[in-house]
Amino acid sequence: MTPPAGTGPLAPGQPVAVDWALSPIAVADWLGAVSLVAGALLSLAAAIGVLRFPDTLSRMHAATKPQVLGVLLLLLGLSLRLRTLSDLGMIALVGIFQLATAPVAAQMVGRAAYRSGRVDRRLLDVDELAEP
Amino acid sequence: MNHLLTVVIAGLLSLTALLALVRLYRGPALVDRVVAADMLLATMIGAVGAEAAINRHATTLPVLVVLALLGFVGAVSLVRFAAPEKR
Repeated sequence: MTPPAGTGPLAPGQPVAVDWALSPIAVADWLGAVSLVAGALLSLAAAIGVLRFPDTLSRMHAATKPQVLGVLLLLLGLSLRLRTLSDLGMIALVGIFQLATAPVAAQMVGRAAYRSGRVDRRLLDVDELAEP
Repeated sequence: MNHLLTVVIAGLLSLTALLALVRLYRGPALVDRVVAADMLLATMIGAVGAEAAINRHATTLPVLVVLALLGFVGAVSLVRFAAPEKR
């Protein structure tokens, strides 16, 4: 049995190549895998929030912020594993769409929830839209 | 590594989609269902992207772009239907 690479003195003729060497490609692969798992975990956290939070506005909070960050992390993992310029452009397009459309959709959902009375007033600190 | 990654991400995203479906089913109002459907679509974006990342292909990237726009259009139109603007 040969000792693990890098620990013992090299025997004559022993290959110097270390098979798990930290090449940039391996680092990008591992970072991509970590990003994918982190994004999936954030998506799961957002889903738990959507299921457990008491009213529409707080559910919307869970469905916009952690969800968008989770999708962005998944896209980061995708781009770290694909590593092609044209693919990066299209992935950046998806990310920009997410960042640009999520606030607009959340604002419209929040306004509709407020106007249709789906707001739990006990959970609000201040109601800036209330009639004076 | 790929096999483990597939299992972990498939499990997490399946659980996410299941929880979003439960909220979609329970409601109680249309806006809650819109929020849950938006989340389900974002989970689908994540799942398609993760599949492309694990198998290292770029054939489904246009699908991601379409899904990203579709969620926005769907949410906005449903919400406008639910609470029309005051004139």
